[in-house]
Amino acid sequence: MNSDMKINKISDWVWEIPKTEKEGMLVPARIFASDTLLESMDKGVFEQITNVACLPGIQKYALCMPDGHWGYGFPIGGVAAFDTEEGIISPGGIGFDINCGMRLITTNLKVDEVRPLLQSLINELYRAVPAGVGAKGDIKVSVSQLKDIMKRGAEWCIENGYGWPQDQQRIEENGHIPGADPSKVSEKAISRGINQLGTLGSGNHYLEIQLVTIENIFDEKIAKVMGIREKDQIVIMVHCGSRGFGHQIATDYLRVFDKAMKKYGMTVRDRELACAPFKSPEGSDYYKAMLCAANSAFANRQIITHRIRESFSKVFDADARKLGIEIVYDVAHNIARVERYKIDGREKEVLVHRKGSTRSFGPGSRELPEIYRDVGQPVIVGGSMQTGSYLLVGTQKAMEETFGSTMHGAGRTMSRSAAKKKVRGDQLIRTMAKDGILVKAASLSGLAEEAGIAYKDISEVVETMDVLGISKKVVQLKPIGNIKG
Amino acid sequence: MINNSVRFDIILKMEEFTFLDDIATADVAIESRGDTLEELFSASARATFDVMVNAGDVQPEVKKTLRLENSEIDGLLFDWLAEIIYLKDSEAMVFCKFDIKIKKDVNYHLDAEIFGEEIDQSRHELRCDVKAITFHLFEVYEKDGKWISRFILDI
Repeated sequence: MNSDMKINKISDWVWEIPKTEKEGMLVPARIFASDTLLESMDKGVFEQITNVACLPGIQKYALCMPDGHWGYGFPIGGVAAFDTEEGIISPGGIGFDINCGMRLITTNLKVDEVRPLLQSLINELYRAVPAGVGAKGDIKVSVSQLKDIMKRGAEWCIENGYGWPQDQQRIEENGHIPGADPSKVSEKAISRGINQLGTLGSGNHYLEIQLVTIENIFDEKIAKVMGIREKDQIVIMVHCGSRGFGHQIATDYLRVFDKAMKKYGMTVRDRELACAPFKSPEGSDYYKAMLCAANSAFANRQIITHRIRESFSKVFDADARKLGIEIVYDVAHNIARVERYKIDGREKEVLVHRKGSTRSFGPGSRELPEIYRDVGQPVIVGGSMQTGSYLLVGTQKAMEETFGSTMHGAGRTMSRSAAKKKVRGDQLIRTMAKDGILVKAASLSGLAEEAGIAYKDISEVVETMDVLGISKKVVQLKPIGNIKG
Repeated sequence: MINNSVRFDIILKMEEFTFLDDIATADVAIESRGDTLEELFSASARATFDVMVNAGDVQPEVKKTLRLENSEIDGLLFDWLAEIIYLKDSEAMVFCKFDIKIKKDVNYHLDAEIFGEEIDQSRHELRCDVKAITFHLFEVYEKDGKWISRFILDI
């Protein structure tokens, strides 16, 4: 472990940095990790999570999920809940890619039907879903339509032919969070994002064709509720966010908050944690603009889903409905939301920041659609393109211990340049092909940065939260085809 | 003509940037240097685009002009990098040449002409997209006659 800080073991999978460890900490920091995962966490994680513990209005603990790694402001995998009356909001606790998230989509195709057409399918998807630096979407919207998308997210898409009515309930918050106000969004954000609807982005964003194997179904009953019915079933996973639109909103407000800190007499240990009281004009404006980006990200993943349906339909010469291309769920993992939790014996309204963390609401939560209310919320955790991903389900324990939050991915363990020194993009394509995974990427060097060796062992990350009962494993998914920006 | 090429060589030699492996895991950390503020800003911009594209492939075909003002030099560098990242998406362009003038009265003033071309995925060797410039570990300072900056880009 790369830290001089005192880290107390609370139980086999829970660690705590006491608030005496750094001046200004208002609450302890809690880290969820196995011994091995804790050992491999970089120094930045401990510095950053204890910086978060110093922010005004923080409740109970600053939390770090088992995929935690060094980010900017919050660590990636950081979760913190702030009193909505006395607490803050910080763009550095959400990230520039507002509502970066995951969507899982089923098919009723079996692997034997897909393998012979996999290359055509990958080529078609790569054409239909633009990826990489400078990629433009082929949907042209006016500024007033974009403003409508900011407020209505996936609902706008479905109404305009990019989706089916049943899609909406299978998206967190029905694909549009109330409270978004386009008047709080700059013209720059609009001009930056208006041509990018339906694009994947770059870095760790991907569109993946995945396979369910029988040995990887952990809970058959819940898997069935979520549309995973049999072995060899093919599913599709999408990882992307709000694109340049969200990046610009975060940049704009980071500058606003950097200046507002003086006005409110606030200081932070990392300038990237620039923040303002949630109920201040600056805090309120950012929240309303941030929700515009969150809704546009739901729309982005919805348009991509539409392109996926079109592509499958074309390659398999069948209607997408007949192919059973239905959304399992769509989750945000870079966001702040007003939620209610029991704290010190009474229910309290808090602003939960999740930066690289997935909501993990348990059975009975009124926020869940009826189809999932009995079992809990589907939690989609994306792994590296070589190792696979997981579908899990949220629990009541998450509501009690982690403000309804869990991990979001495997978590990087190696820097991008270190990965590129170890792996070459063209070699990686060949290695993955030998392992039965076809990959098409806009950038070979970008591909090398995302090699499996750059990530933690996703099974150990997922196991941590499964053993703790924060989110329970339902299915593990193996990649067979991948598109990257 | 000869004078111009000599000056171009000197600029290339003095503008420097290095990637810092040990202070970022998911993102990209950069240290840039220059004998003048203009060189520092140019090196920082080159570093930012080096993350996204092989600059050797990019032709200086289209010119854009920029004017920025900030009371602090670090604020000006943040604004400069934020602006060229914004233009990368809004204009779908990558840039390879940066002619910059920085003046100081009460505030710092930047006037720049930047040159590049529209992104062409079939011709440009594209790398990883940059989402934003962050304030994490962000600094600009002068040491032994050199201007130095450290910044982290969100990828």
